[in-house]
Amino acid sequence: MSGWQPGPVQPPDPAGRRRLDQQPSPRRAAASTAALDLTDGEWHRLHPATPLLKGGIVFVVILGIFVNNAREQLLQFFIPGPDGHRGGGGGDDGDPVDYVLNHGLIGLVLLGIAALLVVIIGIFYLSWRMNTFRVTAETVEVRSGIVFRTNRRARLDRIQGINIQRPILARVFGAAKLEINQAGHDANVPLAYLRSASADEVRSEILRRASGTREAANPQTGSVGQPGTGVIEQRLNEFLAEPLGEDGQPPQSVVHMHLGRLIGSAVLSGFTLFMVAIVVAVVVSIVTTGQYFLLFVFLPTILGSFSYYSRRIVKSLRYSITSTRDGIRIGWGLLSTSNETLPPGRIHSIRLSQPLMWRPFGWWEVKINRASHSSTKGADNQANTTILPVGSKDDVVRVLGLILPELVGLTAADVQIEDGLARGEFSAPEVVAAQPQRAVEESTRTLSLIEAGMTSAGSEGGFTTSPRRGQVLRWFSWRRNGFRTAPGALLLRKGAIWRQLVVVPLPRLQSVGVRQGPSCGDCGWPPRAAHRPGADRRQHRSDRSAGRHRLLRDRGSRCGRRGAGRPDASLARRRRAWRRRRSSEPAAGGVSGRRAGHRRTLVLPVDPSGRRAGHRRRALALPATG
Amino acid sequence: MTTRLDLDGATWTRISPKYKWPEMGSYALSGLVVAALSAFTWFSGQWWSYALTAAILVVTILVVAFVPRRVRAIGYQLREDDLLVRHGILFLRFVAVPYGRMQLIDVNRGPIVRALGLSDLKFVTAAASSAVTIPGVPAAEAEKLRDRLVELAESRRAGL
Repeated sequence: MSGWQPGPVQPPDPAGRRRLDQQPSPRRAAASTAALDLTDGEWHRLHPATPLLKGGIVFVVILGIFVNNAREQLLQFFIPGPDGHRGGGGGDDGDPVDYVLNHGLIGLVLLGIAALLVVIIGIFYLSWRMNTFRVTAETVEVRSGIVFRTNRRARLDRIQGINIQRPILARVFGAAKLEINQAGHDANVPLAYLRSASADEVRSEILRRASGTREAANPQTGSVGQPGTGVIEQRLNEFLAEPLGEDGQPPQSVVHMHLGRLIGSAVLSGFTLFMVAIVVAVVVSIVTTGQYFLLFVFLPTILGSFSYYSRRIVKSLRYSITSTRDGIRIGWGLLSTSNETLPPGRIHSIRLSQPLMWRPFGWWEVKINRASHSSTKGADNQANTTILPVGSKDDVVRVLGLILPELVGLTAADVQIEDGLARGEFSAPEVVAAQPQRAVEESTRTLSLIEAGMTSAGSEGGFTTSPRRGQVLRWFSWRRNGFRTAPGALLLRKGAIWRQLVVVPLPRLQSVGVRQGPSCGDCGWPPRAAHRPGADRRQHRSDRSAGRHRLLRDRGSRCGRRGAGRPDASLARRRRAWRRRRSSEPAAGGVSGRRAGHRRTLVLPVDPSGRRAGHRRRALALPATG
Repeated sequence: MTTRLDLDGATWTRISPKYKWPEMGSYALSGLVVAALSAFTWFSGQWWSYALTAAILVVTILVVAFVPRRVRAIGYQLREDDLLVRHGILFLRFVAVPYGRMQLIDVNRGPIVRALGLSDLKFVTAAASSAVTIPGVPAAEAEKLRDRLVELAESRRAGL
């Protein structure tokens, strides 16, 4: 409480949930220092309600079994039927509840259940006692387990993201689950559960340490529990409150989700097509054969579809995305909420996609690829990688506007600055000052290229597409399949029916492959795949002329260069080499000149059309020894 | 096949020709096993059951006969910034992995491969789809290559 000072920290809250006139209560002050206590490097226990929350499912199961077996009796109890007590045949019908009732064993059974509960609660209590965590200046460490002890330590500078989940039950108790995502499968560090308010503080404290600013935490800046006189009121405030951003302000989302659009996007999904097909099949089978068996086969699927729709809609209802000092923050969920923060530099690629049926409305979905795997399930029950479930083109632009500056803008700006420094155009301090602005400028250029590429086809928007003869293999998409370079990124455009546009930042390219199968052997357009992190995902496959290919592969590998000491220097060299190459790329069928005196010399005998005899050997980009 | 992809002026380091023996052996063995399994269909007394076995044997012989050619097609080169690996005759595959992207390098030695004094190298990047293997590298060379690549990867490490 030592660092706490009452001051004009609370901004006006339009919702009026906060009381500006109220003096900070001792409870509030305690809350604001809670995070400091939790991140002071000592071992701490989790929220006292943790055993109940973790064990909640067990209680529900037991209750469910009980209710399921005793439903007759319960019905009888609450709504006495006209025929009085249903005469059980001495337990002969095998109903355990009947058996118990008829043999006077109620006491014994209740005792047994109570003993079981005590044991379970005891185990959960023990596991809570043994489950401790600490946050030091460099690591976060969790110890857990009674018989099998586990100890997981994660470096703060390797954090891929922090997710705060508040399941509905936990929200009632004012608890939250903090999950620290690390790269790799099953590499997350869960802190379940923390007090709701301190979870926000712990997150911002961890992220602050992770970003390298070791400044002493100012307790005022952290978000704190709403001031409230009583526990109930405080809970209610927490429950109603928006997930807090920094400065205790509810973050302003750049995208506002409309219910109508959400419902529309769910209804107009591929899943609906599937459902319609099933319904048609069922109806046809009933009409033609008079048999109802298909109906029973598919009934669970049809019923399950409603849960799919409702989950999809409820999950995205309070969607929000904001840019905070710690990174991009995405909020989900109406009742059970989750709130994820992605620090800068943790996004590996972006994928925009548009199913066919969304096209009339101009809706798009944005997904990202990253190295960690959040345990939050997405609407489709897959690992959640969506950052914009559905949005208009404007929404996409706004979301990308948050992501791109640090994803591709910085790379591009570094390149420019290196170029400028090399030419002696400006001095180092100027560079430092200009960098953020340049990053934004460059990302704006990339963004305009992305916008142009979202719906374009052919060479429109500067994309290199599959040659016409690729039509044999890609009937519809050969004109749309294409790639182009943008400042700091590679844009992959594909899909004529399901439109997609993938943005891969150059520093994130892992490897580039070229494949040529027998069918392509004589036509020179082998499929290409650029590999990015992420489990076994082939980002892009399309047909290209061999020469473009070669260029790309060579280019891609150049992207991997990064000096250990000064990563940006090689980045710049790479970019320069790349631009040079682009400028030496002939428009059509030409031969570019050699450019001597550079690090790389390129010879590009290109015949993109490939029709001229004697030009069977197409473009070759030769990395000369420099 | 004149349009096959290749890099001009590039000197590919070929893997050891000895690698064809374990490859041929394993293909021949699996072919024989499948042929033996198909022999059970002879009990049906149908003419096609014999044809099936014969077909399997012919395919096996063809595959084995092409192994030396396929082994010769496997090559790699250490370029300035990346490791370039090529595989295949009919289905060509080139993969370029920048040194800085390599996460770890495996050296595997099976019993037969070891008897011939060879090693298999496997490179893993952060993308599962871009795992690259170079089989049949002479053991001493494999160790050297691994150390060299680790060194290169270390000096050009790019953060994930």
